[in-house]
Amino acid sequence: MRLAKKLTLVGYLTALVAGAAVTSAQARDLTIVSWGGNYQDAQKKIYFEPFAKKTGKPVLDESWDGGIGVIAAKIKAGVPNWDVVQVESEELALGCADGYYEKLDWSKLGGKDAYLPAAVSDCGVGAIVWTTALSYDANRLKEAPQSWADFWDTKKFPGKRGFRRGPKYALEFALMADGVPPVDVYKVLSTPEGIDRAFKKLDELKPNIVWWESGAQPLQLLASGEVVMTTAYNGRISGINKTEGKNFKVVWPGSLYAIDSWVIMKGSPNKDAAMDFIAFANVPENQVKLPEYIAYGLPNKAAAAAVPANLQKDLPTAPENLTGAVPLDADFWIDNIEELNKRFNAWLAK
Amino acid sequence: MKAAILRERSGALLLVSPVLVFMAVFFLWPLWAMVTAAFVDDAVSKVLPRTAASIVSWDGQGIPSGAAHKALVQDLTAATDEQALGEAVRRLNSAASGFRTLLGRTIPAVKAASDPAQVDLLTVDPRWKDTRFWVALKEAMPPYTDRNILAAVDMKRDGSGSIVLEGADASAHRLIMLRTLLVAAMVTIACAAIGLPYAMLAASLTGWKRSVLLLAVVLPLWTSLLVRTAAWFILLQNEGLINRALQAIGLIDSPLPLIFNRLGVVIAMTHVLLPFMVLPIYSVILGIPRNLMSAAQSMGAGPVRAFWRVLLPLSLPGLLSGSLLVFMVAIGYYITPALLGGANDQMISSVIAFYATGTANWGLAGALGLILLVVTTVLYTIYGRFSTSSQVPGA
Repeated sequence: MRLAKKLTLVGYLTALVAGAAVTSAQARDLTIVSWGGNYQDAQKKIYFEPFAKKTGKPVLDESWDGGIGVIAAKIKAGVPNWDVVQVESEELALGCADGYYEKLDWSKLGGKDAYLPAAVSDCGVGAIVWTTALSYDANRLKEAPQSWADFWDTKKFPGKRGFRRGPKYALEFALMADGVPPVDVYKVLSTPEGIDRAFKKLDELKPNIVWWESGAQPLQLLASGEVVMTTAYNGRISGINKTEGKNFKVVWPGSLYAIDSWVIMKGSPNKDAAMDFIAFANVPENQVKLPEYIAYGLPNKAAAAAVPANLQKDLPTAPENLTGAVPLDADFWIDNIEELNKRFNAWLAK
Repeated sequence: MKAAILRERSGALLLVSPVLVFMAVFFLWPLWAMVTAAFVDDAVSKVLPRTAASIVSWDGQGIPSGAAHKALVQDLTAATDEQALGEAVRRLNSAASGFRTLLGRTIPAVKAASDPAQVDLLTVDPRWKDTRFWVALKEAMPPYTDRNILAAVDMKRDGSGSIVLEGADASAHRLIMLRTLLVAAMVTIACAAIGLPYAMLAASLTGWKRSVLLLAVVLPLWTSLLVRTAAWFILLQNEGLINRALQAIGLIDSPLPLIFNRLGVVIAMTHVLLPFMVLPIYSVILGIPRNLMSAAQSMGAGPVRAFWRVLLPLSLPGLLSGSLLVFMVAIGYYITPALLGGANDQMISSVIAFYATGTANWGLAGALGLILLVVTTVLYTIYGRFSTSSQVPGA
């Protein structure tokens, strides 16, 4: 009996001590979260490591695949274990409305006027302008596809097609393939008939679609010849062309572009360092280094103007690339993503 | 005397108390959280108490009277907790798409107004004329709900409150759940077909040969699931090793479709889960006295008959527990179907993950999890019956 009591006591005490050790280790280093792959490799080289050197404190980085539920869970859990996160426009809008992010100190960022208007909000500042576009391997396709109608044309271009799994970045392209002019895509999609029309158009291509989920997958699908065309993020395409000598091409008309932003998690213990990091990454002379590694547009106007002309032509923000491109409608998706995703799953399962 | 027994008992209880605490923290508590997330529905009524009181009397036709509008404006003016308000908005948008931007426009307008009492919702946003938003608001007021559990099985309540099926176009949770069970069953059968002979072979060998066979099964367990799935991706793709080899020796002209379909998923999952089948069977077979097979043969049974009548029945407990392990683990698979499967191979975990991480709809995620739990518990009970009744007498 005595022994049992003692043993149990020792057990609980050990657990307590171990627990305390874990909690005390939580005074942790600045943690920055981005989207992984060759994009985050570039960020590490030009933002994370130089910032760590400048401040003399270690910087940790992690990657994620998005989702407001991830942010919400971290906030609900108490002190979040992330500090700075790069979020998509929907996560910015949702999280800012729901109080998941700290308000930014715009005086440290050079003022709101220094940025594209779409890259400015109370909780976030634009990090990149990126595009989802029709991509193909120019070494495999003799004739270049021009539009989403070509993407749907399996007679002219036999073979499979890659698509991001989910209604976003699928319904829009289906409507354009069906002849809706790019500027009207979201207007049509806001009506029940428009949604039916998009799903009907997707029906045509369904047997030929390979669905992907993370941004690195379409590159692999193209490289292995598994698909002849795919939707992909433009920066990753230029990145793989550079690092692996591929000849992948992007079709700009009909592409969808969006802005990713830096935010600071509410209640971050490293709030000041987080703000300093965001300011550091958005100084024009630092931001301008990005396109050399990966072809994303820069929301800081001074940085965007300073990009050399030979890199400029691959960026989503180049005027000739913006012709016929559509800005992603974040409002449409925060309203409709749940219902459309349910319908999309049902459509997939049919 | 009695006191002594009592002391002994309490001592024993004390010794197992860490296990009980562990169970409570890591099993009962999450389960309870899942149940409450699925059924508790107070996010809206907590933030909008005046609206809740006012809208109860509304009959669901047209739009409610001005009193409800006033109450809503008052509630929105008084709401200061952004996160609580955010949860209410999320709950409402999940019931009626569009609520997000509707409130996104209404809240700032209400807060900016110098006299909130003068705010007219219909001029702030004409969508307030739409009955479906008010219906969603009214339905969000009761503190408990069955909407999540109904949605998890593709059902909902219609305007009059009776339960109806959702259209086949709108939701496919049931189909995906059935598919999950089907894939898990296919993987279990494939694992049993490979695992049983493999374990028997391993058990019949000795020395380094046995070690090599066992190592071949156990070694992959030390590699990450993602790496093994990616390896199968490379092997199975159209220009992958298998198709290239088959084409090179002239067996096929065009690549076999091995990937982005059910076949690819089953192949990869079978490989990943094989250890869970081989090891239980192996350990059971090791416990079977080796001379039983010789005894059977000495009594005139051929090798095939000895296998059917002696070895197989005796290794059945291992086969059953292996099957259970494989099936249960397979039901939760997520990454392998996502990477190697096609459109029709998505399993229920990916749907749960979408609601949990994608839209933070934890109620529906919890409800889907509960359904999965109930289905597995039922199957487990059936299995329990089956495995005790099939016990070989004298084994």
